[in-house]
Amino acid sequence: MIKKRMVLRFSKKTWNQPIVYRLVKDFDLAFNILKASVFPKEASLMVLEISGDEAEFDRGMAYLDSHGVVYEPLEANIKKDEERCIHCGACAAVCPTGALAIQRPEMKVVFDTEKCSGCELCVKACPPRVIVATLSSNEVQ
Amino acid sequence: MAEFKVQKTYKEINEKIKKGKVVVVNAEEMIDIVEEKGAVKAAQEIDVVTTGTFGAMCSSGAILNVGHATPKMKISRAKLNGVPAYCGLAAVDLYIGASELPDEDPRNTVYPGEFKYGGAHVIQDLLSGKPVLMEAWAYGTDCYPRKYLKKELNLHELRNAILFNPRNAYQNYNCAVNSTRRTIYTYMGALKPLFGNATYSTSGQISPLLNDPYFKTIGVGTRIFLGGGQGYVAFYGTQHVFDVPRSPNGTPTEGAGTLCVIGDMKKMDPNWIAAASIQGYGVSMYVGIGVPIPILNEDMARFTAVKDADIVTQIIDYGGDYPKGIDRSLGTVTYKELKDGLITVQGKEVSVTPMASYPKALEISNILKEEIQKGRFYLGEPQATFSQL
Repeated sequence: MIKKRMVLRFSKKTWNQPIVYRLVKDFDLAFNILKASVFPKEASLMVLEISGDEAEFDRGMAYLDSHGVVYEPLEANIKKDEERCIHCGACAAVCPTGALAIQRPEMKVVFDTEKCSGCELCVKACPPRVIVATLSSNEVQ
Repeated sequence: MAEFKVQKTYKEINEKIKKGKVVVVNAEEMIDIVEEKGAVKAAQEIDVVTTGTFGAMCSSGAILNVGHATPKMKISRAKLNGVPAYCGLAAVDLYIGASELPDEDPRNTVYPGEFKYGGAHVIQDLLSGKPVLMEAWAYGTDCYPRKYLKKELNLHELRNAILFNPRNAYQNYNCAVNSTRRTIYTYMGALKPLFGNATYSTSGQISPLLNDPYFKTIGVGTRIFLGGGQGYVAFYGTQHVFDVPRSPNGTPTEGAGTLCVIGDMKKMDPNWIAAASIQGYGVSMYVGIGVPIPILNEDMARFTAVKDADIVTQIIDYGGDYPKGIDRSLGTVTYKELKDGLITVQGKEVSVTPMASYPKALEISNILKEEIQKGRFYLGEPQATFSQL
C-alpha cells in the first residue's frame, strides 16, 4: 500500500474525460480530492491524495501518461526557501493542515510536505514571500 | 551606591573586553546561571548579557544622501523603484520610510491586499547590493537649476545611507485574537474568526527591553547590534511609556518602552533586515536588534535572568476592541504559554503562533556575544538615561 499526494494537470483535450474514474475502476486506487480547478475547454488541475497497491499505482500513473495527463508529486509544486525563511511563524497561523508548523522549543518553522494539501494560503501570508507554489499555473507544458 | 554587593563600571567592563577577559552569556543562558548561583555570584562572574529581537517594525526607514548631478538639483519629489521618498529636507537628502507604498499599489482594493513592494523592499534591495532606480523632480532654482533626474542608486555609491528608525524594539506587545465572524488581516497576521487563533510578537525572555525593564543601562548612546552592523540608541522611541503596570520582576504587563535607533546602512547585512509584505495590512520591515546589557550589579543580574514564564502580556481583540480604540484586555497570558502554543480565551482553547522570530533573535544574541568576546564590540555608556530626558 502506498499513499501519495499528486498534482494532475489536464490539457484542453483531456479536461472532460473520466480519467480519475478509470484510476479507481481499472487500478483499484482510492482518491481524495484536496483541490480541483476545472474549467470547460481549459487546462485544468487536480490535487489528489491517491492510495492503493504500489504496482497498481505505477500502472495508474502509466495510464495517465498514455492519456496526456501530466502529474507530479505535490511537494514538487510548493516549496519554502529555507535560506530566506526568517522563521517568523506567519504561515503557521494560516496553514489548515499543520504542514507548516512551529517546532518547539526551537521555535523554527518546519514544512512537512506530506501534510500539505496545496491550498496555497501560506504563499501570501508569508511576509518575506519565501514560499513558492506553482499550482496556480495550470498550463500543461 | 553601597546598597549593592557587586559594583562594576562600563569602563571596567570595556577594559576586560580589551584584554579578552570579559565574560559574556546570552539572556537565555543567564536564566540558569542566576537560578543556580544566585544573583550576587552571577553578577560577580558575568560581565555582559546579550539580548536579541527580530520582529516587524513598521516605524523604520533610511536617510539617503543621493549626491549631486550636474547641473545641481534641489529634489522636491522622488521615487525609488516607484516608492515615494520624503524630500522635505536639504537638496539631495531623502527619507525612505519602510511602510511607504508605490502610488500605483492597489492596496486593499482587492482585499486582502498583497503589498508586494514598498519602502522596506527598497532598503532591502540596497542592502543586497541591487541597483535602485531613482526618479526625481524639482521646480528649479538659480543655485539648483535641474528639474528632472533619473538615475540608478547603489548602496556603495551613495554619499550617506543611515538607517533611522523612530520606533523599534517594543518592550512588550499584545497577544492578538479576533472575536468576529470573519478572518481579519492585521499587522499581527491573519486572525481567524471566533478566536480561531492567536498571535504574539516578541522574543520574550531574550528581548532587549524585557532584560532591562527600568532602562537602568539602555539610554541615549547605547551601542547596539542593528541590522548586522553596529548602531546606537538615538533616543527613546515614539510612543515610549515608562509608567505602566508591572509584574513583580519589573517587566511591564503591556506595551511600554520603545527605542529610536540609528546606524550606518553601509555596514549592515540583508540577513538582519527583511522586507515584509503583510497581507491585507501593508509593507513592514523585520529589523534585527541586539542590545548588550552590562551586569553592573546584582540587580542587573536579576533583571537579565527573567524568563518567559514570568513575563505576561494582554490578550487583545483585534476584531472589535482594538480598531474601535476600546482599551480592554480579554485576559493575561505568560510568554511560556504563548510559546508552548496553546492558550484559553473566553473558555476556548486557541492555538498560538508567533510573528517575531525567536531563532533569529537568539542568533543575534549569539553574534553579539561573540563580537564582544573577540573585542570587536565595546559597550557604549549612555549619555543620558531616558528618565533624565
